[in-house]
Amino acid sequence: MSDTSFDLIVVGGGPGGYTAAIRASQLGMKTAIVEKELLGGICLNWGCIPTKALLRSAEVYHLMHRAKEFGLKADNISFDIDAVIKRSRGVASQLNGGVKHLMKKNKVTVFEGHAKLAGKGKLAITKDNKPVADLTAKNIILATGARARELPGLEADGNLVWNYRHAMVPKMFPKTLLVIGSGAIGIEFASFYQTLGCKVTVVEVLDRILSVEDVEISGLAHKQFEKQGMVIKTKAAVKALKKNANDVTATIEQGGKTETLTFDRVISAVGIVGNVENIGLEGTKIKVEKTHVVIGPYGETGEPGVYAIGDLCGPPWLAHKAGHEAVICVEKIAGLHPHPLNVLGIPGCTYCHPQIASVGLTEQAAKEKGHQVKVGRFPFLANGKAIALGDTNGLVKTVFDAKTGELLGAHMIGPEVTEMIQGYAIAKTLETTEQELMHTVFPHPTLSEMMHESVLDAYGQAINM
Amino acid sequence: MPIEILMPALSPTMTEGKLAKWLKNEGDSIKSGDLIAEIETDKATMEMEAVDEGTLGKILVPAGTEKVSVNQPIAMLLLEGEKTSAATPPASKPPALTPAAPSKQPELKLESAPAPKVESKPAPVPAPAPVVLPTGESADDRIFASPLAKRIATDAGIDLAAVKGSGPKGRIVKADVEQAAASGSARKSTTPAKAPVQVSAISDFGQPYTEVPNSGMRKMIAKRLLEAKTTIPHFYLTIDCVIDDLLKLRKDINDGAGDGVKVSVNDFVIKASALALRKVPQANASWTDEAIRLYERVDISIAVATPEGLITPIVRDADKKGLGAISNEVKDLAGRAKAKKLKPEEFQGGGFSISNLGMFGIKEFSAIINPPQVCILAVGKADQRPVVKDGALAVASVMTCTLSCDHRVVDGAVGAEFLQAFQALIENPLRMLI
Repeated sequence: MSDTSFDLIVVGGGPGGYTAAIRASQLGMKTAIVEKELLGGICLNWGCIPTKALLRSAEVYHLMHRAKEFGLKADNISFDIDAVIKRSRGVASQLNGGVKHLMKKNKVTVFEGHAKLAGKGKLAITKDNKPVADLTAKNIILATGARARELPGLEADGNLVWNYRHAMVPKMFPKTLLVIGSGAIGIEFASFYQTLGCKVTVVEVLDRILSVEDVEISGLAHKQFEKQGMVIKTKAAVKALKKNANDVTATIEQGGKTETLTFDRVISAVGIVGNVENIGLEGTKIKVEKTHVVIGPYGETGEPGVYAIGDLCGPPWLAHKAGHEAVICVEKIAGLHPHPLNVLGIPGCTYCHPQIASVGLTEQAAKEKGHQVKVGRFPFLANGKAIALGDTNGLVKTVFDAKTGELLGAHMIGPEVTEMIQGYAIAKTLETTEQELMHTVFPHPTLSEMMHESVLDAYGQAINM
Repeated sequence: MPIEILMPALSPTMTEGKLAKWLKNEGDSIKSGDLIAEIETDKATMEMEAVDEGTLGKILVPAGTEKVSVNQPIAMLLLEGEKTSAATPPASKPPALTPAAPSKQPELKLESAPAPKVESKPAPVPAPAPVVLPTGESADDRIFASPLAKRIATDAGIDLAAVKGSGPKGRIVKADVEQAAASGSARKSTTPAKAPVQVSAISDFGQPYTEVPNSGMRKMIAKRLLEAKTTIPHFYLTIDCVIDDLLKLRKDINDGAGDGVKVSVNDFVIKASALALRKVPQANASWTDEAIRLYERVDISIAVATPEGLITPIVRDADKKGLGAISNEVKDLAGRAKAKKLKPEEFQGGGFSISNLGMFGIKEFSAIINPPQVCILAVGKADQRPVVKDGALAVASVMTCTLSCDHRVVDGAVGAEFLQAFQALIENPLRMLI
């Protein structure tokens, strides 16, 4: 590799990094990207995408069990976990190839290896601890991402105790499973394994699961999961894990009482930490707080010419946030005038069954911020399309500022809500009020009609309820 | 780059209008707030105010042009240092003008038929202002702002024209309005933006004086009343009304009302006028060269004095409303008129006017017709006067009313017929309650 001098080098090839590289190339910068593992990052290889493939298998399996309800016949329903995993890996691999192609198409030079800041505008690349190249760049974007947090005593070993990565490629299908942590990752795996017939127990230290979601939504999710047979323990903590030959005994404390339960496997999903180590931050002016790099509105770090984006910079740990930050950061570097990211406009999705999607403030957060609110609700039970789908568990909830009509937040649970939330995200970005949402024609028959009805309900005008 | 001056929308529903008159010539320098043109539709005439400063470069649409589309460029405004040659319309459409306050009265649409004919048409009523726009603001979209920004600006009294947008392509977003609200930079003033500068001087004849520049409202009053008095063939009819029964009825109503609505003599006058207009519809009309327009609704304009001048809010469907409703409405309208908070549709239109100077002790007077109406009733003070009753001298409460009539529409007998009907109701007020 003879060419070692670039306008921009991006460290990390995940959804933030590769998006930054493409945008930079579009803007005429000579761009390189350094990836130590696989282009596409966690999202594409070990996160968002392969889990969606797994959950799709679970969904089809679930529907096959309900075949009779739909007038269909399906006997001897079972699954082959290896084939399920193989499909998931195939999907990831296909997309990984896609990113490689995009790099080539956009003339982005790809360096395979580990990059470390080595002085102003300099990066040292190593592979298998051997130096590969010394690169120079006018600007550097750090997009090294994040990884699962390891709590002492709950460390994943890949055998009996898994992290998300192990859980995605299980060597065996457990009959019983303990999931520690009920964030999006914990709940998605809990839902996947539960749907395929595993007996899942979820332990959450806070008083409710999916604590970033609206109280009402997480309450409905809790109820649905319990109905499916999941055991959920909130305000509970795993005090110790004792690894046996082929199972794990967990000591769980809840409400002052301690119990010991044995599970085939344990998934630890207790949070995320930024990949700030060993990338040469030491001795620079780049500030790190709570395992994450501190940045300005355009990704600026304390070090001129060095920017950071995505999971490395903290929550929300979402691929779409990283991609958006990437574009803003690169456009800023290019001297354009991008608008900083509005965190309240970033939708979040959890692909459990039922799905959960939200954007903006929860009702409680809105009230705490001093808003007088108008709240609209519309249940899936009253929607024709939901009834036709045979999936009527769900709710669309909207929160408006009573004075200005601003859509403060939207919170949904039910089938396909992850595909619908973008409608409210657009509304928020355009700063529509309830008037514009009311005047928008929603197609019939769709689940999206509930989004309309929920808005109408906030103003006492719901039609079909 | 020169700024395009665009045809403004006088109402949310307006799509085109007539460019009646240019008040500035090419080459004139223009300051923000200068009146530069008059625009007419079938509903209203109004003057356009300049927002930006510069020189009127080229007039693209000559005076008298009909059917000019809203947002069509009508002239080019040259900024400082720009040459006339630059004044060709560019593709972009920056905001250049906002409409000045619309004039109070509807203009008349000319009927082309030569023979007089009776046509029934709904009275021109300005369309209600859209929810998100500040009252009286035109509905065209030359100011790009998010719906939320508009709503917040309306609530906070922020003038969006003075807010710089930070959104895509300069769109005004919530944050911009909130910033403007915090800094107070774009607040809409409740008084005219520029306080009239009073100048003290001494006249040619040694008389010291103070010069108070004319406000837009003062200019409008001057223009309209001069036009009325010089173009309308006025004549006047005066009648005395004995109102002892009315005063007694009023006392009974008000005594029985407790803390409820207290009606005034003027409320009775409005109601009596409205009912009399039902009997004599020619007095609830407008003149045009081709036809006389008879209004189907009885909408009565009430003259209200404000510190800035006269304004005439309207009690609509006054014939159908009870005394209490009229009383409440007049109180509300007068209060808001004085606070300058009337919406345009609350003072534009009306088919008949009432002016009451009784509270100032005026015994009788004659008023100038409020065009395009054809009658105005001037109401004097009710006081005890000697009257001859059944051949004997007696004391009665008498109120003198003078009707000014436009002779083109209302002949003497018609005017007299109206006053008779009015007097019959005022003197037998129980008939009004039926």
